Amino acid sequence: MSDTSRAETPKRSAEAEVLAEFWHYFSENRGAVIGLFVFVALVLIAIFAPLVAPHSPTQQYRDALLQPPVWADNGTATFLLGTDAVGRDILSRLIYGARFSLFIGVVVVTLSLTIGISLGLVAGYVGGKPDTFIMRVMDVILSFPSLLLALVLVAILGPGLMNAMIAIALILQPHFVRLTRAAVLSEKNRDYVTAARVAGAGPLRLMFRTILPNCMAPLIVQATLSFSNAILDAAALGFLGMGAQPPTPEWGTMLAEAREFILRAPWVVTFPGLAILITVLAINLMGDGLRDALDPKLKRS
Amino acid sequence: MLRFLLSRIGLLIPTFIGVSIVAFSFIRLLPGDPVLLMAGERGLSPERHAELLKQFGFDRPIWEQYWDYLLGILQGDLGISIVTKKPVVAEFFTLFPATVELSLCAIVLAVMIGIPIGIIAAVKRGSFFDHTVMTTALIGYSMPIFWWGLLLIILFAGILQWTPVSGRISLIYFFPPVTGFMLIDSLLSGQDGAFRSAVSHLILPTIVLATIPLAVIARQTRSAMLEVLSEDYVRTARAKGLSPFRVVSVHALRNAMIPVITTIGLQVGVLLAGAILTETIFSWPGIGKWMVESISRRDYPVVQGALLMVASIIMLVNLAVDMLYGLINPRIRYAR
Repeated sequence: MSDTSRAETPKRSAEAEVLAEFWHYFSENRGAVIGLFVFVALVLIAIFAPLVAPHSPTQQYRDALLQPPVWADNGTATFLLGTDAVGRDILSRLIYGARFSLFIGVVVVTLSLTIGISLGLVAGYVGGKPDTFIMRVMDVILSFPSLLLALVLVAILGPGLMNAMIAIALILQPHFVRLTRAAVLSEKNRDYVTAARVAGAGPLRLMFRTILPNCMAPLIVQATLSFSNAILDAAALGFLGMGAQPPTPEWGTMLAEAREFILRAPWVVTFPGLAILITVLAINLMGDGLRDALDPKLKRS
Repeated sequence: MLRFLLSRIGLLIPTFIGVSIVAFSFIRLLPGDPVLLMAGERGLSPERHAELLKQFGFDRPIWEQYWDYLLGILQGDLGISIVTKKPVVAEFFTLFPATVELSLCAIVLAVMIGIPIGIIAAVKRGSFFDHTVMTTALIGYSMPIFWWGLLLIILFAGILQWTPVSGRISLIYFFPPVTGFMLIDSLLSGQDGAFRSAVSHLILPTIVLATIPLAVIARQTRSAMLEVLSEDYVRTARAKGLSPFRVVSVHALRNAMIPVITTIGLQVGVLLAGAILTETIFSWPGIGKWMVESISRRDYPVVQGALLMVASIIMLVNLAVDMLYGLINPRIRYAR
């Protein structure tokens, strides 16, 4: 891989070199590469959902209620994965559901990353009372089981996808605060930071431009983990009726609607859960690969 | 050791105050009139409304209200359930044993399987067994457990009919709760088949709740073991001619267990969050199901009280784990 890129670009910039090295370590982990491919496929399916899906996700085919999947005895090729209790095509709903899950992941990670990094930078860089206050608040958030706190927050804000995302972002961000703070504490007395300060860099520039880029590795790994956690928690909230509301084709909400048919029509339950599992697994596989590629301790061995 | 204990408790106090502020604010942050939320009555007359306003103390300054709330907590008063009209604390302790029983079974299962397979995977690093175990663990770690529970119900309760679908024990058995733990109570009752019935009800929820902790413990044991096995003292032990089994089980295991114990302690929060989903799926009458139902029934005093109790329990367990950690690893104890 790195040989071919060297042939194409004889004078590689430092950034390209870092990327090539990263890819070298990342691609050594076969699981991570598989995860990446599955994830890219999911993103493409989500973007092109209207083109890929054979039916509309909300269209109810009244003459085809609880139709089994194509390989079962009464299955038809019209509904490859069967239909649900009101005759909606499950495959199409799953395809549109990919949009929701990825959207949830992106929004939650962006929110918790932004808030978490800012608070962590302030806590680590400023220290003293703001540090104590921020870290105590994070301790309080972490002393509740995450799903319980999310449930309670949604009870306050009202059920719905947007509120579920806000709640999940809030319960995930303490991890970013802790990581950022720890990284800042170990970096802030290094010579390069002192040099930048002597050269006249202000506190904001020191925090965001000088220190932060050197703390990115653990944050990237944590962001991947949070991405999959966000999808799982949002699905759990949907399952408990506190997340996305029917008829939204969100996977957890689909499971909640399907619960009463589990013994009569197992496929209504099987496929949405499988979709969640595959998505989360792909992201976690990527996360493992990222950790191996970014962790300098493992690189040496 | 005492100083270590006291310093840890000192750290807990601000967290506990924070937790109580969260629980206190919960009722006041809900949309709507807090009096109506707390009273749970419809069509209140203005006089009754004023009376309740005074009774709940919503007319007084917020810090006085908080102070009263805090004093109430310290006296074990967490309010009255709107639905059952019983004290929240009493309800909590009636339902808590069910959750403890399920969680204990789950964590025991997770530890008994997770630690041995983690050790074997580390010793046989790169083998087929290692790859299989780590792939399975990652799948377990990524599992939406509410779906996993439904799948197990379809297979074992639906198709194979080996286990019941829900509940703690078959309805044909009835005996007064002594300990609250169904496994013990069913044995004490002396009724034929009661214990068997209790076990068969417990199997599926235990597997579901144990899935994520099992995966986490197996992964953590493997990586901790790998780290220790590359240490110089392990090489010395090998060079002395000790048997591989002795090196792993005596010399390496002791140090590898330190991070694993922390991981096991951290699973308490995971278990309680998992209990919310597991108990809902299997109609297990514990605090997880109780909290979900209270949220949907708008029984907010229950939600408020349960929030505080659950967080306090997690804090206490974490304290106990810290203590255990200090006992095993003197470096931690004398560090500060």
